[in-house]
Amino acid sequence: MSTTMNGTMEIVYEKPKTLTDNPTHYCPGCGHGVIHRVLMEVINEMGIAEQTVGVAPVGCSVFAYNYMNIDMQEAAHGRASAVATGVRRVLPDKFVFSYQGDGDLAAIGTGETIHTINRGENILMVFVNNGIYGMTGGQMAPTSLCGMITSTTPYGRDEHFIGHPLKITEMIAQLPGAYYVARHSVHTPAAVRKLKKAFKASFESQKEKKGTCFIEVVSNCPSGWKMNPLEANEWMEKNMFPYFPPGDIKLPATMK
Amino acid sequence: MSTIIQHDENPKLMKGNEALAEASFRAGLKAYFGYPITPQSEILEYLTEQAPNHKDVIVLQAESEVASINMVYGAAGAGVRTMTTSSSPGISLMQEGISYIAAAELPCLIVNVQRGGPGLGTIQPSQGDYFQATKGGGHGDYHLIVLAPSSVQEMADFVFDGFRLAEEYRMPAMILSDGALGQMMEKVYLPKSGSLPKQEVEWATTGKPASRERNYITSLHMDPEKMELVNLHLQDKYRKLKQEVRCELINTNDADIILVAFGLTARICNKAMEAARAKGINVGVIRPITLYPFPYEIIASFADPMRMFLTVEMNAGQMVEDVRLAVNGKSSVYFKGRMGGMIPTPEEILLEIEALTEKQRTMSQSAGYL
Ligand SMILES: Cc1ncc(C[n+]2csc(CCOP(=O)(O)OP(=O)(O)O)c2C)c(N)n1
Ligand code: SF4
Ligand SMILES: [Mg+2]
Repeated sequence: MSTTMNGTMEIVYEKPKTLTDNPTHYCPGCGHGVIHRVLMEVINEMGIAEQTVGVAPVGCSVFAYNYMNIDMQEAAHGRASAVATGVRRVLPDKFVFSYQGDGDLAAIGTGETIHTINRGENILMVFVNNGIYGMTGGQMAPTSLCGMITSTTPYGRDEHFIGHPLKITEMIAQLPGAYYVARHSVHTPAAVRKLKKAFKASFESQKEKKGTCFIEVVSNCPSGWKMNPLEANEWMEKNMFPYFPPGDIKLPATMK
Repeated sequence: MSTIIQHDENPKLMKGNEALAEASFRAGLKAYFGYPITPQSEILEYLTEQAPNHKDVIVLQAESEVASINMVYGAAGAGVRTMTTSSSPGISLMQEGISYIAAAELPCLIVNVQRGGPGLGTIQPSQGDYFQATKGGGHGDYHLIVLAPSSVQEMADFVFDGFRLAEEYRMPAMILSDGALGQMMEKVYLPKSGSLPKQEVEWATTGKPASRERNYITSLHMDPEKMELVNLHLQDKYRKLKQEVRCELINTNDADIILVAFGLTARICNKAMEAARAKGINVGVIRPITLYPFPYEIIASFADPMRMFLTVEMNAGQMVEDVRLAVNGKSSVYFKGRMGGMIPTPEEILLEIEALTEKQRTMSQSAGYL
């Protein structure tokens, strides 16, 4: 808060009412909490909280429904986009988003991811890519980088043995059902502002039933990466961004 | 107990699968998700063909049974009447999702038009999924309401019963049918639209108005004490469900031998019973209609040392375990089964009955020497 000229307190930041008072269980410096906040701020500012249903994954954000003060469903591991399809199809005038990690969306749920987007379901898919399975204790994810040490690639990811990190975002951008596809991050205030715009544009296009909006957020996992939050963000910029560069991947003409 | 269903005045000649599909529209289905598999594909085909006449119903072919059941989860959580249908391998694939639906206490209808297994098996009819349907099927302690039709008429009617029970108890219901019932054509008086009232869904996720707390659908309870309470609540519900038990009794009172069979095999047992009675053997039939809750008490009430039970199934002996639990040693229980898509004939059941009669005769004779 800051003090204005006449001495009263001016509110410069307030927790949006779309967030509950529950303290999050995320590790210090984890991107999930920031991404939750950005998403909920957008929903609050757009005034669509009463018309929004979210779908949480299995992964560290499994408890998203404890923090997001809107109607939510918690899906089985990998199936968030199928659950979101079920919700959106029967509530065609509501706003629906799914929120998934990389293991959830790009390994066990790859089939649902591709087909949901191929049908052009009018939902926003939020894809939090931290290159690791955070929840289960730091195992290799489909997006773990080559050479990356995880608890199941103790000698580093060997792409000849286990394949390359999957650029699922570039892949699904090829599908006609994908309307707006972009990659963002939340490691700086500027990055947060860009992500906010992307979320807002996604919900706006949902009103017009244009197809699937897919926003990847390259994020961190200080615990799984065994780094402190600062080191994690530096490592992310240095190593994740070259392979998963932030920016628009498929931009509808109206947004250009 | 059973839903008060009004029927059309005039019958139609329909396949079981088609009658079930048409009945689901009439029962107020709002969202269907399914994937092709023989011998149930006619359901998906009928629904997609008729969909233009039901603009308020979502009929969507999913990319897999895994997707179907999770779409059902989403739609059920949003508070609408929803259904998926498949056959044995597809139902296996759905098990994780069904467990989530049971745990999250969502109502929905799942139809299994069974085929022979294990594995890819055969597309011929079977009752090999009895254990899977009645004992839970997926992980964790849960049950489904399981209804076993034995005619095309019941394929249609049980859609209404299934939805009503699922919604009343907030749990998934299953119609456990088989390939023969799905494919056979029979006269059916279709249930009339509108006989199933809309469900109350104050718990559904439809968007949180300022006037209420948020609704969320979940099956996650990290605290084991909380998780045990959830389990106790589910078990309590399953106990209450016992009042819905349904069973058909034919000629059981004077029967020396009681055949126990569900679904298609019950029809065949009725034929075998008639043939046996024509030969002067007193045979009766018990047909469990609800396989869960199972009619333990009703079967137990007929248990008697002088009486024999013969369970007939199209599997290696699954329901027979529940029949044995029910009679609890008071009668001998025998089993006749065919597997892999083979259907037992009335003649081969009659042979079993005659062998049992012979056994009963020698037993009572030896008892006479004592
Ligand atoms: C069917 C099934 N398989 C495996 C698991 C175990 N599991 C829980 S979360 C998870 C991976 C989560 O990783 P990710 O999606 O990247 O999310 P993060 O925790 O990194 O945010 C796994 C394998 C599960 N819950 N269900
Ligand atoms: S384990 Fe990783 S992803 Fe999970 S909360 Fe901790 S830092 Fe975040
Ligand atoms: Mg991850």
